[in-house]
Amino acid sequence: MSQQPLLKVDNLTRRFDVSKPWLNRMIEREPKQILTAVNQVSFEVEKGKSFALVGESGSGKSTIAKMVVNLLNPSSGHIYFDGQELSQAKGAAFKSLRRRVQMIFQDPFASLNPRWRVGDIIAEPIYAFGLESDKLKVQKTVERLLSTVGLTGRDRYKFPHEFSGGQRQRIAIARALSANPEFLVCDEPTSALDVSVQAQILNLMQDLQDEFNLTYLFISHDMSVVKHMADTIGVLYLGGLVEVNDSQQLFNQPVHPYTRMLLDAIPDHEMTGRRRTPVTGEIPNPINPPSGCPFHPRCQYANDRCKQEVPRSKAVMNSTVACFAAEEGRF
Amino acid sequence: MSEKTNVTGDDAKPVSIWHRALDSDLFHSFIRKPVIVASAIITLAIFAMALFAPWLAPHTPFDPSSLNLMDGFTPPMTANQFSGNEYVLGTDNQGRDILSAIMYGTRISLFVGFAAVGLAALIGISLGLLAGYKGGWVDGLIMRIADVQLSFPAILLALLIFGVARSVLPPRVMDEATVWVLVVSIALSDWVQYARTVRSSTMSEKNKEYVQAARLFGVPAPLILLRHILPNVMGPVLVIGTIGLALAIILESTLSYLGVGIPPTQPSLGTLIRIGQDFLFSGEWWITLFPALTLLVLALSVNLLGDWLRDALNPRLR
Repeated sequence: MSQQPLLKVDNLTRRFDVSKPWLNRMIEREPKQILTAVNQVSFEVEKGKSFALVGESGSGKSTIAKMVVNLLNPSSGHIYFDGQELSQAKGAAFKSLRRRVQMIFQDPFASLNPRWRVGDIIAEPIYAFGLESDKLKVQKTVERLLSTVGLTGRDRYKFPHEFSGGQRQRIAIARALSANPEFLVCDEPTSALDVSVQAQILNLMQDLQDEFNLTYLFISHDMSVVKHMADTIGVLYLGGLVEVNDSQQLFNQPVHPYTRMLLDAIPDHEMTGRRRTPVTGEIPNPINPPSGCPFHPRCQYANDRCKQEVPRSKAVMNSTVACFAAEEGRF
Repeated sequence: MSEKTNVTGDDAKPVSIWHRALDSDLFHSFIRKPVIVASAIITLAIFAMALFAPWLAPHTPFDPSSLNLMDGFTPPMTANQFSGNEYVLGTDNQGRDILSAIMYGTRISLFVGFAAVGLAALIGISLGLLAGYKGGWVDGLIMRIADVQLSFPAILLALLIFGVARSVLPPRVMDEATVWVLVVSIALSDWVQYARTVRSSTMSEKNKEYVQAARLFGVPAPLILLRHILPNVMGPVLVIGTIGLALAIILESTLSYLGVGIPPTQPSLGTLIRIGQDFLFSGEWWITLFPALTLLVLALSVNLLGDWLRDALNPRLR
């Protein structure tokens, strides 16, 4: 691929200090407690494509999303958008980067200010980024955006509580679009919605991707949603990427034992009777991660090496996997 | 929240604020409770009485030239034995009409109450927003100051400020500044409640996604606080403010009763009660009783309104 990726995440790490207050620590003689939410994650997203991050709760998906939109600073590592490093950009360049990367939040009931009219909500980014200041033109833009996401222009007079969850998520999408972004970070945009509405929102997002040539970073814990949306999938486990592959490849031929476990957990209506490996164990405590490969306590292929060494991402079996069992062909 | 718009779909014009107010849950819960309607009417009546005192009051009790000392100690609804003048609620020792004195007194009491609540809310909301949004040492500092503040009883604080003001200001200035000294002392002992409530609401609001979205758009922090968070934390403040108004009026009366408040030349309700209690045992009961009743009714009505507002705005208590 000659083209440079639109988003490049390089060795991204984020630690949180979750220790007790200083005085308690002194008295109880406890050390500082550091939680590593995201551990040396690297991936690239090409323009016009969708990259999906999947993983269980607590795997660091949302933390990555917040760092990409600059709501949270990385502890180490770099995020490059269109070749520019996010944390180095200042002033006008920073503002323009901010505008080009927008986010759709998980909970449409919390992401819209309950006291604002829909029209004001959608117009906020337009004014904040100084895209337009003429009231009449802004109003036109808002109406156009509302009809783009399948609502009517008159809805701008209403308050968020007059809409259903799906309609609210459409409003949230319209707000994100009003900044004229190139890149949308979608943090579980459908997890708060009914299944029937989920499909509508996902289809809308795909239509918008074609219409505005958007690039998505899609975050989800739902494999079937991801299958529908993503070109490339990254599987997160305990803050680290364990497997990155083309969507189709990943579903047809999962390599990492964790990916296999996730895929086995997808319910299917056909009742194919295929043998499943039941999901066992829980995601470990990230304050106290297991030694070696973080997945080894739940892995049926784990051996002594997995318990001691940390696997690095390597190209194995048409995929990029961090797994010794895959490297050594121990399946 | 409690506003409900009629969602007809076709007519999507913004529904008028009156229509919305009359159709709201708040209004329905209001109209269903006769006690609350009564307290609202009484409160409004007392407010109107105080506001229009110069036009409504039968006499001007603070104009010494209009007073006749012979009218002193006239019992209510009885003709004075010397002058033959009759007063609805009687007169005090200097021949001042009690009814008019109550009207003017309520005016001063209410002014002090509103001003004190306004000032306390201003200080409390600003500090609460700041503490809740910034967190860290700013939060720690503000909240420790609030804790220290809370450990001083309001009356003690007011007496302290009063004492200092009296020794610093010349007597003539002091007479004029009394009202403001009262307002400041009541506000200073009352802001902590607002600060604590606003701080805790701010802390929960600032993590909501709509605030994060605004941060994403690069909206500066003061604007986020003012336009996003403030409207969403005002509900509880309204409730505290209403109850706080009753408390401020009572505190003002207490201070005036203790003699550190409004001077007898321009009596507030508390001052009237204090003047009257000197004569209580000599049989002139009306001088203290009627101002006290007014205070009681006013404080009770405002308090009932505040309680109702708290319940009505809190869906979990419904």
